[in-house]
Amino acid sequence: MMHTTTSQQVQRESWDGDTAASGRLLQPGLDVTHGQILYLDDISVSFDGFRALNRLSLSIAVGELRCIIGPNGAGKTTMMDVITGKTRADSGSAFFGQTINLAQHSEAEIAQLGIGRKFQKPTVFEAMTVQENLELALAGPRSVWASLRARLTGQQRDRIDELLTLIRLGEQRARLAGLLSHGQKQWLEIGMLLAQEPQLLLLDEPVAGMTDAETEKTAELLLTLKGRHSLMVVEHDMDFIASIAGKVTVLAEGAVLAEGSLQQVQADERVIEVYLGR
Amino acid sequence: MQSALSLRLAQRIGPLPLKLAGAAALAVLLAMPALHLWTDPASSLHVSAYTLTLVGKILCYAIVALAMDLVWGYTGLLSLGHGLFFALGGYGMGMYLMRAIGHDGNYQSDLPDFMVFLDWKTLPWFWQGSEHLAWALCLAVGVPGLLALVFGWLAFRSRIKGVYFSIMTQALTYAAMLLFFRNETGFGGNNGFTDFKRILGYGIAEPATRATLFLLTVLLLVAALAAGFWLVHSKFGRILTAIRDAESRLMFCGYNPLYYKLFIWVASAMLCGLAGALYVPQVGIINPGEMSPANSIEIAIWVAVGGRGSLIGPVLGAGFINAAKSWFTVAFPEYWLFFLGGLFIATTLFLPRGLLGLLRRHKENA
Repeated sequence: MMHTTTSQQVQRESWDGDTAASGRLLQPGLDVTHGQILYLDDISVSFDGFRALNRLSLSIAVGELRCIIGPNGAGKTTMMDVITGKTRADSGSAFFGQTINLAQHSEAEIAQLGIGRKFQKPTVFEAMTVQENLELALAGPRSVWASLRARLTGQQRDRIDELLTLIRLGEQRARLAGLLSHGQKQWLEIGMLLAQEPQLLLLDEPVAGMTDAETEKTAELLLTLKGRHSLMVVEHDMDFIASIAGKVTVLAEGAVLAEGSLQQVQADERVIEVYLGR
Repeated sequence: MQSALSLRLAQRIGPLPLKLAGAAALAVLLAMPALHLWTDPASSLHVSAYTLTLVGKILCYAIVALAMDLVWGYTGLLSLGHGLFFALGGYGMGMYLMRAIGHDGNYQSDLPDFMVFLDWKTLPWFWQGSEHLAWALCLAVGVPGLLALVFGWLAFRSRIKGVYFSIMTQALTYAAMLLFFRNETGFGGNNGFTDFKRILGYGIAEPATRATLFLLTVLLLVAALAAGFWLVHSKFGRILTAIRDAESRLMFCGYNPLYYKLFIWVASAMLCGLAGALYVPQVGIINPGEMSPANSIEIAIWVAVGGRGSLIGPVLGAGFINAAKSWFTVAFPEYWLFFLGGLFIATTLFLPRGLLGLLRRHKENA
């Protein structure tokens, strides 16, 4: 259960000399020799007879920013649940890198392996300050014993300062997270994901409920993350997708309907059909 | 950064009036046994054995309330079976006290009276070693701890939460009560243990013994408050509140809530056991009634009325309600439960942060 993330961290620091980088693309132990960080192969999930995912196959390349769109009930959130261990697939397999079978790990282990997830509804620890939220999320040992003896190191303080600047919450650091605006909570949650130093980020509707200005800033933020992390973004806001997307995957009825650039999928007859109805 | 930290610490301990009130309360508590021992019974300063025992009993309850608050107020696990851990601690101590009666029981036997009454010839295996106070204390802390460990492991691993968890804890204490009611279980059936004579050779009703037990209870309460303060302000404590407020977020941050819940749950049960062990020699009796579901619910009410999620709140709640109870049950015995229920409803409706919230709000307005 208790992973020795400290030693990994030391290795990562020495491997990646660029300390300004807010995340590390590759981690020793994760085999991405074929250039893919995530493989979903032939995954099916049913709830009480309803097929939420129907033989879904999808892969994400290292450093890619992939947008997932699809009508309600297409299986987007269920797919994230399967990747993060919240839901078990009835059949098919999910691999992180070449070798890690996600079905064999719990939610907490998957998070420690380097997959971070932002929920559809922004979820932060409301009774704690912004800084304390980030402290809890910081990469490091996760055992009870370690938590009883934990003290912030100077390095960790610097990392928190860096994150606070990145998510534009520097001035709010001592505020209770419950008092933040909706958009700020979204950012804080993204900041918490980054604090974990994940290699793959799953973002479920990161700009839902944000003002236009906030949406724009979020797009900027995600673009700076692209390349350093691999990202999978589920969104409904097409303008937002147009501002960030390279490749778009359309899900419908639990399977991939189309894949390509935003223009390509928007021109696809089948996509128009599922969105507009027959 | 250093000064900011000490400033925050001062804020957390509370404003000056609260600190002064705490210091005064502690001074009064420490003076009570002295006033019991060294003042003339006729003097107005004298603290009677009744008062000392009553306050000592309430202090034990306050420790239980604090233990309850760590799992409920901070971690969000509402236990309706905490009375069980308290009672088990009491039984552990009770076993020693029964053995310490020696030949002075009604039947002048080596065995405790109830065993003679049941016509048992030898001590059951689980009574072995109970003539040593140290072993009895190990039992008083270890048995609740072990039970909490097994129960907690099964419940938390299966991710049983909320009202389901509460109902299971309630069922657990109820089942234990039924078990302890049986004579064959070997703990004196529905009479439990009573008629204690001495502890470590000192008469159980002697003023000095009472005073010592009282002081030990005060010390345990202070130690529990200090340990609780350290715990909830560590990273561990923040993880507990994270479990309470957004458990799935915590899991996706890479923490496994199981071990955190288990740690605080077992620690809380052990603290209750210790409180029970101090309660029994002061009150002079332990019986399965202590395991009744109503007792455990009352513990939750102390915490709710005092103020969940603060350390001092539950102590105030336990003190206030039990003081009210001892007055009420003499003055209007029939109406106590109505009053208690009404108080609980009023607190839930108007004082979500309990009495402590009221004090703090008053201060904020001032």
